[in-house]
Amino acid sequence: MTSNQIKRPLALQILIYGFVLFWFILAAFPFMWTMWGSFKVELDFFSKLDWTNVFSGVRTQVVYGKSFTGAGYDGAWIQEEFWRAFLNTAIVCFCTVLTSLTLATLGGYALSRSGFRYSFWLLIIALVFRALPPITLVSGYLQPFYDWNVWGTLPTTIIVLVAINQPFTLWMLHSFFQTIPKELDESAKVDGCSQFQAFRHVIIPVMWPGVITAGLFSFLLAYNDFAVTGILLSQENQTMVPKIASFMGTTQTEGNIMFAVAAVVSSIIPLFILVMFFQRQLVSGLTAGAVKG
Amino acid sequence: MKHKTFFWFFLPTALAMFLFIALPLTSIVSQSLHTPHDAVLVVVESCDPFGCKSETTIDHEASKQIKEEQPKGKWVGFQIYTDRNHLAFKEVGELWENKTNLIDFVSGLNNLPFYRAMGFTITFVLVVTPLVILFGLIIALAVNSLHRHLKGLMVFFSLLPMIVTPLVGSLILFWMIDSRGIIGSGLQELFADPNLSLKASTGLTWITLIVYGVWHSAPFAFIVFYAGLQTVPQETIEAAMIDGASRLQQTYHVVVPHLSPLVAFVALIQLMDNFRVFEPIVGFSASAHATSLSWIIWNDIGQEIRLMSSAATTSVLTIIGVIILLMPVLIRTWREFNPQK
Repeated sequence: MTSNQIKRPLALQILIYGFVLFWFILAAFPFMWTMWGSFKVELDFFSKLDWTNVFSGVRTQVVYGKSFTGAGYDGAWIQEEFWRAFLNTAIVCFCTVLTSLTLATLGGYALSRSGFRYSFWLLIIALVFRALPPITLVSGYLQPFYDWNVWGTLPTTIIVLVAINQPFTLWMLHSFFQTIPKELDESAKVDGCSQFQAFRHVIIPVMWPGVITAGLFSFLLAYNDFAVTGILLSQENQTMVPKIASFMGTTQTEGNIMFAVAAVVSSIIPLFILVMFFQRQLVSGLTAGAVKG
Repeated sequence: MKHKTFFWFFLPTALAMFLFIALPLTSIVSQSLHTPHDAVLVVVESCDPFGCKSETTIDHEASKQIKEEQPKGKWVGFQIYTDRNHLAFKEVGELWENKTNLIDFVSGLNNLPFYRAMGFTITFVLVVTPLVILFGLIIALAVNSLHRHLKGLMVFFSLLPMIVTPLVGSLILFWMIDSRGIIGSGLQELFADPNLSLKASTGLTWITLIVYGVWHSAPFAFIVFYAGLQTVPQETIEAAMIDGASRLQQTYHVVVPHLSPLVAFVALIQLMDNFRVFEPIVGFSASAHATSLSWIIWNDIGQEIRLMSSAATTSVLTIIGVIILLMPVLIRTWREFNPQK
């Protein structure tokens, strides 16, 4: 491998570095640009005359006397009550992750230890459910939820998100549990444990890496969801993503678009932190299903 | 594991999926076959010294009674499926009869909401999926040849476009391509056309959405292929080298075949995810030029008057589409599980 690398001709080397740089800019620049711009006024962030205004902050200086301003954040978080949406997102994500992991751990473990034909069919059904766009199901919920008068509340949305996450989490944990040798719980059963005791005392202590990975993806699904939360939540219970979408509709007046920019940046920060700390788990999760083919 | 133990372990997740996935499915099928009842109208004749007038009013009592007797609404069978907003049999038939050539027919179809959405959805799936695979593969090959420390950094930044909320990611790009944003005004200068706007024409909007789709999904393909590259057998590479294979030939004949199962995996996931394309259309405010199946459903139920039957019908049609899309995979899995009967 190393000898292979040394012999690489210069032209190829340049090509590779050029392409990597290109992709790096493509992937990272939009975020950097928007984060930087969120501290400016609208006329700087969207400056038709001179794009360097964003760096110098000419207009921002005119309005606020300095080249950075937290006005967008102030407007979004306090005036438009984005903090409420942030709290709602926190509640929804926490409950969704906790519940879907509990259900899927039991289910995924059972699937990985059962060699019967129906377990194969259950996995196939879960795959089909995974492929359904969530919005197609949402129209099925609305009428019953109105009738029972549970529309618009956080618990309803949490339950729906748990259910929609189930197929994916189930697949992920199923393939994770298959990597834990069967002999482990079988020997516990020989020693007189029931299946549940074997699970409790032998599997639970070793399952955390897989559960954390599945939890991350379950979190991302709940955090990023728009189809379900956008329709099933009432105005005051909105989470961050539908709240941002509603900014687009109502705050087209000048200056208020920066509220939306600030809100967008605020919603990216938690994801940045997540990637920073859990990069390895995310990568292993993405490839978990793939390596088995 | 015994059947009984399996049952208890699997019950919670099965219950969740049954109640909130399987039941809603039956609910949308039933909704798509019914419409809300028409209001019962009564003609009331009211007479006063100046003569008699007849007024038409809604009979609330009777309307309520009908609603209680048949809570699902009026049975209409497949009528909603064939109306203008869905499969539009009548309109398509007319178009086919009156067509002068095929292009005429296709542009006529484009005026029917369902076919318009179908057209964009399928184009999106068919263009984005191969591009994502190709682009992901190139990134993976390039990053894999970098220095160890750079690799970690690249993986970190590459994850961002994929991890970020689709709506938020598309908004970020939307602001940049705005005619006052950095890319938008940059393009205007590049083409020396001050009126150039990526939002104005259908073609450019489609291209924008497709670029967004590739940007959003390429990291996924990259990560999967990158992991696959770590397991390429070095002996085969060396053997190919000794046989005189050039660098390109080694990549083409050894590395790519090694990755081919992963290509199938990425393609499957991408087909499923691209078929539900929805958030970018909202984020880019592109609905005037491009709509998708998911978008029409959202548009139907997101309005003041919720068009439940219409949304349910589109949902059923979308689900049929998903199943057709998955068919090859399902058949393959079935064959693998049941080797020659």
